[in-house]
Formats: sequence, C-alpha cells, structure tokens
Amino acid sequence: MERKIRVLVAKPGLDGHDRGAKIVARALRDAGMEVIYTGLHQTAEMIVEAAIQEDVDVVGLSLLSGAHMTLFVDVTRFMKKKGMTNVLVVGGGIIPKEDVPKLKKEGICGVFGPGTPCEEIVDFIKKNVKK
Amino acid sequence: MNDLASKVLKGDPRSIARLITLAENNDPKAAKLMKNIYPFTGKAHVIGITGVMGSGKSTLICELAREYRKQGKKVGIIAIDPTSPFSGGALLGDRVRMTDLALDEGVFIRSMGTRGMLGGLASAVYDVVEILDASGKDIVMVETVGVGQAEVDVIKIADTTLVVVVPGLGDSIQTLKAGIMEIADIYVVNKADRPGMEQTVAEVQSLVDISCSGKDRKTPVLTTVAKENKGTKELVDEINKHILFLKKIKQFEDKRRLRYEAELVEIIRKRLMNLIFDEKKLEDTIERLLDQISRKEVDPYTAAEEILGKILK
Amino acid sequence: MFDKKELEKIKQEKDKWEKESYFKTIKKQPERKEKFENLSSNEIKNLYTPSDISNLDYIKNVGFPGDYPFLRGVYPSMHRGRLWTMRQFAGFGSAEETNQRYKYLLEHGETGLSVAFDYPTLYGYDTDHPMSRGEFGKCGVAVSSLQDMEILFKDIPIDKVTTSMTINGPAAIVWGFYIANAENRGISKDVIGGTIQNDILKEYIAQKSYIFPPEPSMRLIVDTFEYGSKYIPRWNTISISGYHIREAGSTAVQELAFTVGDGIEYVKWAIKRGLKIDNFAPRLSFFFNAHNDLFEEIAKYRAARRIWAKEIKKLGAKNPRSMLMRFHTQTAGCSLTAQQPEINIVRVTIQALAAVIGGTQSLHTNSMDEALALPSEKAVRIALRTQQIIAEESDVTDTIDPLGGSYYIEWLTDEMEEQTYKYWDRVEKLGGVLSAIEKGFYQREIANAAYKYQKEIDDNKRTIVGVNNYQIDEPVDIPILKMDEKGEERQINRLKKLRENRDNNKVMRNLERLRKAAEGDENMMPFILDCVHSYATLGETCQVLRDVFGEYEEAAIY
Repeated sequence: MERKIRVLVAKPGLDGHDRGAKIVARALRDAGMEVIYTGLHQTAEMIVEAAIQEDVDVVGLSLLSGAHMTLFVDVTRFMKKKGMTNVLVVGGGIIPKEDVPKLKKEGICGVFGPGTPCEEIVDFIKKNVKK
Repeated sequence: MNDLASKVLKGDPRSIARLITLAENNDPKAAKLMKNIYPFTGKAHVIGITGVMGSGKSTLICELAREYRKQGKKVGIIAIDPTSPFSGGALLGDRVRMTDLALDEGVFIRSMGTRGMLGGLASAVYDVVEILDASGKDIVMVETVGVGQAEVDVIKIADTTLVVVVPGLGDSIQTLKAGIMEIADIYVVNKADRPGMEQTVAEVQSLVDISCSGKDRKTPVLTTVAKENKGTKELVDEINKHILFLKKIKQFEDKRRLRYEAELVEIIRKRLMNLIFDEKKLEDTIERLLDQISRKEVDPYTAAEEILGKILK
Repeated sequence: MFDKKELEKIKQEKDKWEKESYFKTIKKQPERKEKFENLSSNEIKNLYTPSDISNLDYIKNVGFPGDYPFLRGVYPSMHRGRLWTMRQFAGFGSAEETNQRYKYLLEHGETGLSVAFDYPTLYGYDTDHPMSRGEFGKCGVAVSSLQDMEILFKDIPIDKVTTSMTINGPAAIVWGFYIANAENRGISKDVIGGTIQNDILKEYIAQKSYIFPPEPSMRLIVDTFEYGSKYIPRWNTISISGYHIREAGSTAVQELAFTVGDGIEYVKWAIKRGLKIDNFAPRLSFFFNAHNDLFEEIAKYRAARRIWAKEIKKLGAKNPRSMLMRFHTQTAGCSLTAQQPEINIVRVTIQALAAVIGGTQSLHTNSMDEALALPSEKAVRIALRTQQIIAEESDVTDTIDPLGGSYYIEWLTDEMEEQTYKYWDRVEKLGGVLSAIEKGFYQREIANAAYKYQKEIDDNKRTIVGVNNYQIDEPVDIPILKMDEKGEERQINRLKKLRENRDNNKVMRNLERLRKAAEGDENMMPFILDCVHSYATLGETCQVLRDVFGEYEEAAIY
C-alpha cells in the first residue's frame, strides 16, 4: 500500500504574503508529502471544498494580516459542519501568543509563528496526522 | 452494494474523494468498490490535455469546464503533476488556476502526483477516470505532465487528446515534434494574443499537412486566448466533432479498447508488484536473492524466474 | 585611476602578504566559514585592494554628488544640506485612531507622513464588503471614502508636510481622495506634496495586492503620470519598489535588478503613450529595502543610482532631474524576529545606517514588535529615535558618500551593476518584463532564493540570533498594540449614513461617466475625481473598473 500524507496549504482572506506558505509547501514536499496549494484569496467555503475533493489529511492555513481569529475559525467551523473530523488543522503567520489557546479550542491543533523551523512543522504533522 | 460505492454513484463529493484515495493508495478495499461501480462507467467523454509548462493548460481547462457547465454538463478534472523522485512528495498547484470553479457543485477537481509512474500520467488515473465517470460526470478532463517526448501516455486514456502550444516558445515546436506533437487529435495554440502567433499556427499546420496526408481526418488547429475565454466554445465544438467522427468510422470502441488494455495491464502490474514486494511472504527470498546477485552467485534472470515461480504456483 | 606600475607592485605585495602571513594564519586557525558568501551568493574575499577596481574611472564612473551619474548622491550637499525625511509608515483601525498616531509621530519629530491601509482598502473593497470579513483595520487604516480621508488628516497641515501612501491596485482612487480633501480644505493642487506607491509590476511579482490585469493597470498608472505632471507638480506619482520583492525573499541583486527594471518598463510605457520623458521622469521615485548586510546594501543603492542615470539618459532624457534617482528606504521587516524582540532595535539600527550612508532621501525604521503586531507607541518612538541618533549623534552625515573610494565598496557596486545587466538580458530573452512576469520568471527566482535562505537557517548554516542560536526561554514581555474593538462597527455605520445622505443620483451619473471613460481611452483621473467628490465609495468606484478591466489571477509558482 502506498500511502502519502496529503496537505492543503491555503491562504484565507485578502492577505497576499505567500513567502512562508510557499516555503512550507516545499518543505512538506521535500518530506514526502503531496501538497495542494490553493492560491490566494480563499474563502472558508473554497478551502473546505478543496479539502473535501482532495481528501486531504491536513489543512494548513497561513495568515499574516491579523484576521486569523475570524478567518481560521470560519474554516474549522465550516469543516465541523461538513463532518470533517479526521483532518488535522494547523496554522501559521503573525499570530499573537495570547490568541493561540483560543485557536486551539476552535480546532487549530498547531500554530507555527515566525522563526519556526520547517522541520518542526513536518514532525508535528507526521506525529499528529490521523491514520 | 457497499454504502460508499452507492454514495459515489449518487455523486457525493466526500465519497468520490475517499474512493479515489483508496485507489491511489492501492488499498485492498479499493478493488471491491471499483468492481461495484464499474457497470456504471463508459458514458463520460475523456479528454486528455497536454503541453509544455507555461502553455496555459490549467487556465484552458478552467475555461473549457465553464463552457461545458454552460451546456449543462457535469465535469471532472484530474490534474497531474510530477512526484519528486528524491522525496516522493509533490507540489500540486494546478488548482490555483481553477479557483472560479471551486464552489460549482457540478465540477470535481482532483490533484494527483505521478508517484513514480513515467509517461505523464499517474498509475491510479484509470481508476479515477472510472470513478468520476460512474459518479455522473459527462466530461472528464485529464491534465498531464507534458514536458517532453516521453510523456505521451495520455493517448492511452483519452478519447480526445489536445496538445497545447504557445507562440514565442522559440523552437519548441521543433523539439516537441517527435512524440507529443504526433498524439494530438486537436492542436490548440493558446495565448494566441502573443506575438509570433501566425508563425506558430503555420508551423503546426505544416506538421498537420505532412502527417495527415491521405488520412480521413485532418487534425484541426485552433487558436485560443484562455484567460480571456476566447476560442473555448469553438474548441468544445471541435472536441464534440471528434467523438462523432470516431463513432462514424467505428473507431471509438477501438480507442476505448486501448484504454481498457492499458488499465488491465496496470492493474495486473500493481497486483504483481504487491504480491512480490509488499506482502511479507517473499521478503526473505528477495533479500537472499539480492545477496546472491551481489556476490555474483546468481544472475538477475534466474532470480526473477525463482520469484515468479513462487507466486505463480 | 591607478598607475599601472603601482598596481603591479600592489598585486605582488598582496600575493606576498597572503603567502607569508595570511595562509600561515588560516592554517593554524581556519577561518570561521569555508566560503564567505553574501546574501546574493557573491563570494566575498578576505581583502580588497586597488587591483580590484583597477579600471575605475573616477570622473566618468564615480563623479560628484548631484552630477551624472549620481553615484555618490543625487544632490550636491546631500545630508549636509538637508537630512533625509523621517517618515514612519503607520495606520491601523479606523481613521480616528490613525489620525492620533500621526499627530503623535509628528510631535516626536517625524518629518513626513506615510499611510498604511488595511487589506480591504488595498484591494478596493469597502469595509462592509463580504471579502472584508475579519480584515478591517488589522494591518492598516480603513479608508472607504473621501469622508474617511477627511478624518484621517484632520488638523494635520498637509500644505506643509508631505504624505506617502502605500496603495497600488486602487492607487488612482485613493490619490483622488487625498487631492479632493486638500481641495475641500482650500489647499491648492500645486502645493500638496507626497507619493503614491502605484507600482503594479511589483504586485504581480511580490506583494500580490493587484486588482486588474497588467495592461489596464499600466494604463491607469500612466494616467496618473500624465495628470500629476500637469496638475500636481509636487507629487511623486509612483514609488517603484524593491522593498516587497526583497521581503518576498529575493537577494539584494535581484531586488536591484527587478526594481530598476520595473522602472525602465514604466518609462517605456509612458513614452509609448506620447509623454515626453523630461515631463514625468523627475517625479518618478523609488523604494528600497535595507537588509542586514551593511556594505552590500550601501553598494546596492549606489549601483541603483548609476544604472538609472545611464538608462534614463539612453532613453533620451536631457534634464538631469530626470536621471537622478530619489528613493525612500524601509528597514527589512522580514529580518526581525518574534523571539527576544528588543534586539530587533539593534538590527534596525544597522539597517538604517546602511540606508543613510547609502544616500536615502527618506527613511522608515521598523519597530521592535514587527513580528508580533502593529507598532505600539513606545516601539515606534524608539524606531524614530534610532533615526534621530544616527542623524544627530553618529556624524556619518558630516561628509557625502563616506565609503566612496573604498576598494570593497567600489568593487561591490560595479559587481552588482554587472549582475543587474545579466538579469536584464535574461528578461529580454523571455520577451520583456510583462512576459517574464507571466512566465513566472521573477516569482521563481524569488521563491528559490527564499527557500535557499530558509534552508540555510534550518540547517544552522546561517545564524539568526535568538531563533536558531542564543535562544532564551523567557516569555516575550513587551506592550502589544491593542485596537479599538468598536472601530469596525463605527466604520460600517458611517458608511451606511454616507450612502444615505449623499446625492445618489450624482454618484450614479459620475460612476457611469467613469465607466465610459474606462471603456474608451481617455485619462481616467478627472472622472475618478468627480466620483470621489460626490462621495462615491472606494468599493463602488473600484467595482466599475473591475467590471470593465476584469480581475487578475496568478498561477502557483514555488
């Protein structure tokens, strides 16, 4: 059996800073994962629809504009509505430490801020992806 | 019938996606499900699209899908990108060009890595085409990795193969000549608003004149500007004409037969590889044989015969 | 510049020194790195001597400040005569809050204003548009109409202080807000001064806040050149930017090559429209990054000035003011860390020093909390003080271009210029700037450079203090900016009232006239101004242009 970890890397909202998302995408690829990049300006519906069609194991959200409490939560709530309980959701970008517990409560299992080594993200995914 | 299979037939996206994953991963559960849905396949028109990177394939596919949707057809899109031979991972970025279709219920897009398969396709693509077909899609478009002369497997799976070129890629037509250019049922010169368009069309046209002399059908050469949705309707008409032509000269079934043959071979190949390498039973035998080959005590042919002998018993 | 015999002697002496002292020393104690490579992957030698710049012609290639080719500076007296403008980029929440911040900064000694807009504004959406959900005021101030602009600059003397606005897709409209506000305050069009960023090429390449496809965007930009040169003489209608290209991960050479290349492209488009180069080129300005490598950055600015001067001359300019490159600089946001944020002050100081010695006309220094949130008052004050200390206490401005003549700096300047032309050859072969953008050339170069840099950090080949080395386990303890939570509601209500109270027939008529102008080929600025004056919102005006021009979609390039 040939199983690959499939990851959706998404940029919700209007934020156009994609340097980090692209680097993480490459790092995940180099770690043997199949990475689907959604591109910019995604709504929660678009992200979840893509996650369904691509049957991903992980959804990675990248945001540097400060709108994460609204937009990340939109995604996890929509995923819950669609019954997607087996997908690991992680996030990154400019996210103040005090928002992290709130995000975790909403289903974003890992938050990776500036300075996180790519390997840390890879390891987290490998460890926490639902079999 | 299995619950998942019946959901796939009803067109449920979650179930379609799940079954595709099972097939892609060569999961033991996949075979039974594929058997369940197989009687419901055969209706979808399979279109293969290939061409060099930068020819605008993804945008063209997006516009084609939109046009088909206007005509009330349901569309499945399979976008294939190369898997890294070093890491086994892949960057699948074709979806980006299709954001407009993201929320259309009548469109299903799946990105696949080649996962080591050569020829421009992915090993499970035959299964995915069947799954999308059975789920009710009228059109299934397969976008391949089309960078050179070796990536021509798309003809095995497609009823109609489009080869997309763009003006200004230098002498790319010359380099593409042997191989990809020959497989086209329709040529598309995309980004036709670029300088050099007439020259490119002329080059392709002269290729057509030579290769189609004496044949029943002259491969049409169309121009499009996909990002402005110019020429897409004409392209859809031409694709439809091609199917009618195949049916008229009674070659449609022959073409399909090629696909079934490729599909059959692929299933057998995977099963064999599974039997030999994935199941634990032969692991010791193979290790032992590899040691012997390294010490030149046994040659690879004899080793292969021993392995095959064991599984054929 | 050097005597041939002297050079020979120097070369021999250097060889002697290397054999007798240098190699012996590094055999006993190897150098800290196997190869010293700068951020642009140029190998840097142990020592530079006159041999490295043997072909340098002082009069032709180096020259004097204020004279072609402007290598040593664009004005004869440079910072001895007038310091650079201290212009801190600022904006958050609603216009009221940002207005307060502007007053604070002016009070503390900044000499020019710089507006940061929030994402909806950058994309031409009003605060109440569905795409604006969650984004109001988060990374800049929300400006949805002329009314917001009025509040933003309330009690601020815009006839005496210049304003730079970082806006690109809808730049023409936001500029319209500023012009209309000035007019309403009785300040004439030929008095107001400032800059609009208005550089769409780098949006496609790096910053990604584009709206329309390339051709109509270029048309709008040339419209602003034309309008500005006729009616707003003190305004810089473009700030051709490398900052964002660098932030996206490019090297210094790429920043230099892509930015100046973009500049040339704009000039060519304007000339194609029929504008006379000397009529608009003096009002083109630039915007560079100031990253960590002190000397590379200084060489970069010098090279930029000389390349621009040469190229503009080639394109037929006769007025020296067309050939001199004025630029604003911002220290590198991407180099600052979330860990031990206080030490970012040190990074910013080095970077600011590079910009000053490099001859910048205007400077923004980042705040230490850059990687955490928008600047708190304390953090931005320290950032401003950094500039003031350099200006008043370091004495680097006592002489012009102090590193001129340094063997290393002159060699590096020449090297970066050469590599720029090499990049331009590649772009030419790809069919020019727009074609190269479409083919993803720039984006790929940048993504590769960004990945290489990150790998070096992850593999511990490059140290980032506090991140992969010298870490501490303490929690971060600095004040973080908090915004008014009622701001979004206030803004939405304000918009609602605006739409009710204005003359909607007039708005409709003006929008319709703008649509016709956009469909034709007239200069759109006057029509935009009419819309603005009648209080059409940013979103409404932009929608007209979206309808006519369409929206741009990019491919995924890693």
